[in-house]
Amino acid sequence: MVRPYNHPLTDASLIACLHCDLVQRLPDLASGGSARCPRCNKELWRRREDSLNRTLALTLAAAVLYVVANTVPMLGLTVVGRAASTTVLGGARHLWQDGREIVAGLVLFTAVIAPGLQIGFMLAIVLGATRDTPPRWVGALLRLHPTTRTWSMIEVMLLGVLVALIKIAELATVIPGLALFALGGLVFLFAAIQSSFDSREVWSRVAWAEPDARRAVAAAGLDEAQA
Amino acid sequence: MSTAAASAIQLGLQSCEGCGLLSRPEPGEEEGTCPRCDHELEFRKAGSIERSWAFLIAAAICYVPANVLPVLTTVTAAGRESDTIMQGVVLLWSPTGWPLSLIVLFASIMIPSAKILALAYLLITVQRGSIQNNAQRIRLYRTVELVGRWSMVDVFVDAFTVSLVQLQPLMSVEPGPGLFFFAAVVVLTMLAVESFDPRLIWDAASPREVRHA
Repeated sequence: MVRPYNHPLTDASLIACLHCDLVQRLPDLASGGSARCPRCNKELWRRREDSLNRTLALTLAAAVLYVVANTVPMLGLTVVGRAASTTVLGGARHLWQDGREIVAGLVLFTAVIAPGLQIGFMLAIVLGATRDTPPRWVGALLRLHPTTRTWSMIEVMLLGVLVALIKIAELATVIPGLALFALGGLVFLFAAIQSSFDSREVWSRVAWAEPDARRAVAAAGLDEAQA
Repeated sequence: MSTAAASAIQLGLQSCEGCGLLSRPEPGEEEGTCPRCDHELEFRKAGSIERSWAFLIAAAICYVPANVLPVLTTVTAAGRESDTIMQGVVLLWSPTGWPLSLIVLFASIMIPSAKILALAYLLITVQRGSIQNNAQRIRLYRTVELVGRWSMVDVFVDAFTVSLVQLQPLMSVEPGPGLFFFAAVVVLTMLAVESFDPRLIWDAASPREVRHA
């Protein structure tokens, strides 16, 4: 079944709250200003200053830390002359070897794959959006990005590693590795990316799926929400 | 009806979960496509209540083995010892380690159970068409959405304990069968939250008949 394209409204500032469906008009915000839904108090939009450049800088830094975090040892231990160490990937590998393939896959996905996609998508989105006419795939990645953010659990993993570290510290001497510090930096960078990125700004620049829709609206010139 | 107090569904409009664009479907159509981002549009998430219940009931079933079966087995020269999630919390309790013990207690025991109860409450009140406490219910939904991921902490603790403590024959740690069920509870409750459409909370108070008026 082919789903027909919807018709956009003439007034692009009209939106509906995604948490309570209340139709409202977004005010034109100053940099740093935010708008909340009057019915359910959801933050609808926060206008970021110099969003694309700042996000690009932070995402590049995150990409470097991501590579470091996944290549160098994260934790080491020594006990009675024996030593062992593990990386982020090692956490998933041992679960796999012990026959817990599904849990291993989940750890791999939430600790390595989803954060990697999150960084990669964001980099592509920002680089694509700075072009004069951002291509369609920028929109496709932007739509997928919230899902990668939901399943990217670096901060949860870091807490888990710290708990494991303290548990093991009772039995052996634990040596925090470089990756642990890279992960700590990554947590802050992800938070900073989230608070510097303005998805509404990118959406307003992206090429539409149905190129005729926007022109038709401009020609119609009536406020359809009032119809 | 003024625009200021109407839901999009009442005005016959659909908003896109992908890009936020508000648009009007073809006359008489319930389903459409977002002209900006090509996302499939409906007035409400398809089968939201049914899907959410399905994930939630599956999570509640997994909750039992997750707490009864051991998540870690420690093998030493003295023998094998298995711990459940709760035993892990108790083991962590010490004069210096108690704050971490509380964090794990909160993330592994309290959050999963509170999440299952909170979602069941939201689903039941939506199905009964409740118009009370809408503001509190949406806040509950957001809290559940925000804290749910932290339950994964125990999965990571166990994963990295297993991968680090491999000092055969002196001492080694193996994952137990409870770990799979515990991870399943976390993932299933996250999927239940994602399937739930919070706009349903407000629908009982704003009947749909004025649509297409």
